[in-house]
Amino acid sequence: MQNILAIWQREMRSYFVSPIAYVVLTVFLFLSGLFFFGNLTEVVQYTMTQAQMGQGVQPIDVPAYVIQSLFRTTSVILLFLVPMLTMGLFTEEKKRGTIELLLTTPVGNFQALLGKYLASVTFLLILFMSSGFTISALFVYSRPDWKPILAGYLGMFLYGAALLALGLFISTLTENQIVAVVITFGASLVLWLISVFSSSAVGATKDVINYLSVISHLDDFLKGVIDTSHIIYYVTFAFVGLFLAYRSLESMRWKG
Amino acid sequence: MIEVEHVSKVYNGRKAVDDVSFRVEKGEILGFLGPNGAGKTTTMRILTCYMPSTEGTARVAGYDVFEQSIEVRKRIGYLPENPPLYPEMAVQSYLNFVAKIKGTRSNQRKSQVDEVIGKCNLGDVRNRIIGKLSKGYKQRVGLAQALLNNPEVLILDEPTLGLDPKQIHEVRDLIKSLGSTHTVILSTHILPEVSMTCNRVVIINKGKVVAMDTPEGLAHQMKGAERVSLTVDGPMAAVRDKLQSIDGVLRVQANEEPAGSQATYIVECQLDSDLRRVLAATVVSQGWGLLDLRGISMSLEDVFINLTTQE
Repeated sequence: MQNILAIWQREMRSYFVSPIAYVVLTVFLFLSGLFFFGNLTEVVQYTMTQAQMGQGVQPIDVPAYVIQSLFRTTSVILLFLVPMLTMGLFTEEKKRGTIELLLTTPVGNFQALLGKYLASVTFLLILFMSSGFTISALFVYSRPDWKPILAGYLGMFLYGAALLALGLFISTLTENQIVAVVITFGASLVLWLISVFSSSAVGATKDVINYLSVISHLDDFLKGVIDTSHIIYYVTFAFVGLFLAYRSLESMRWKG
Repeated sequence: MIEVEHVSKVYNGRKAVDDVSFRVEKGEILGFLGPNGAGKTTTMRILTCYMPSTEGTARVAGYDVFEQSIEVRKRIGYLPENPPLYPEMAVQSYLNFVAKIKGTRSNQRKSQVDEVIGKCNLGDVRNRIIGKLSKGYKQRVGLAQALLNNPEVLILDEPTLGLDPKQIHEVRDLIKSLGSTHTVILSTHILPEVSMTCNRVVIINKGKVVAMDTPEGLAHQMKGAERVSLTVDGPMAAVRDKLQSIDGVLRVQANEEPAGSQATYIVECQLDSDLRRVLAATVVSQGWGLLDLRGISMSLEDVFINLTTQE
């Protein structure tokens, strides 16, 4: 436990002494703020035109609509930013030779892995907390239902944590951060867009492809529905990522 | 303390280490000598559990490096060839981190860190960022890291690399002083370092152990013959024949271009015989001038080159 904590601490520190943390935070906040503003004005304009045309305003849950759109855009932003959070986790250790320190001290591979993974997950939580600021603006002007928001955050968290595990695995494969970023992004994008291919598939194949898509499991959360099957999907995803990373570390020792 | 038995390591179809066996007793300082790419680092990485061997077994403090790797890791301090440093950290917080992952108890951590900072003369830079330090300081931070948690066994891959002569001297003294309480394996290709710090030397070439002895023993063993250099003023052919006829002389080699009637002869004598007195007496009794006479001893460097260049 002490080991995991020590590694977590060092990793958090390295996020914040390098520009990575600040760049990721700034870009994330800027983009989510921009999209939040865009969604909000869109809704306002829609109701305005409806009223002008004299059709009477259709009842619409403004906060719920805005929050759902915000989460949706956030999920896209994360697709780009998560690879930045994981790119350095093992690549840097390999490049600097510090991996030799980690793997020759009593820290087990698993502990090293977990410490690093938890650090990236912590950073994800920091991102969410900072975007929570935007959402809290809605509470000032309206009375949104907070339960779907929490469900949405849970879904986003699981989705992000799954992608982080994938990125962690990929960072064990190379010494080059750029390579790690590009592969992580490419792999995430494939898992994201895979549902496109399902339209031409039929039967069980279609179901399987749909099931694999990282994004299709997010919809229910955003609607405020917490379905255990989706939780299981993301947890399994993260677990497979960590397992592959663990095996990759082991095999690195054999290859030398 | 350390037992290496028939260890081999195959890398991409090439044997980096080939059937290496040696033992290191407690409190011994073993020098690991060999040209670049001889397999020193690989052997050390096997001992530190960084990579498993392809064949053979290695034990540290009675624990198998593969089967009981965590037990071994608790007992070793390892300085890899490139010191494993995080450039963005300050020296002290780096050492604190290493102490933590080595499992030093929190109440001893501060005193441990202070102790290694003192031993490695890092007091002046303890709050500096590692990335900004000179190569010599970085090397010493790497050494300090290895000493943390007071390991029984120290494995140091080229510990004096990148240090200036004064620092080299300090580090050698430090290693010698550690030798009384720790078991040390150090690799180097600086030969005087071995004769100065080590009790025993293993010379490795192309993955194979080619010699293993004390530094003096090695020099002695390699000589094969005692050699004496003589400079004599006298007729060359006669001098050579006379010297050759002395009992115990194996071979006489004359300098090719004698300066006037003077020539230098290299006389190889049987091992463990000192013929200098007889040689001098013979030359003088013939009425020739004996201008110079000295024994030629073989340096460790000669031994090394001899062992690692011949097939």
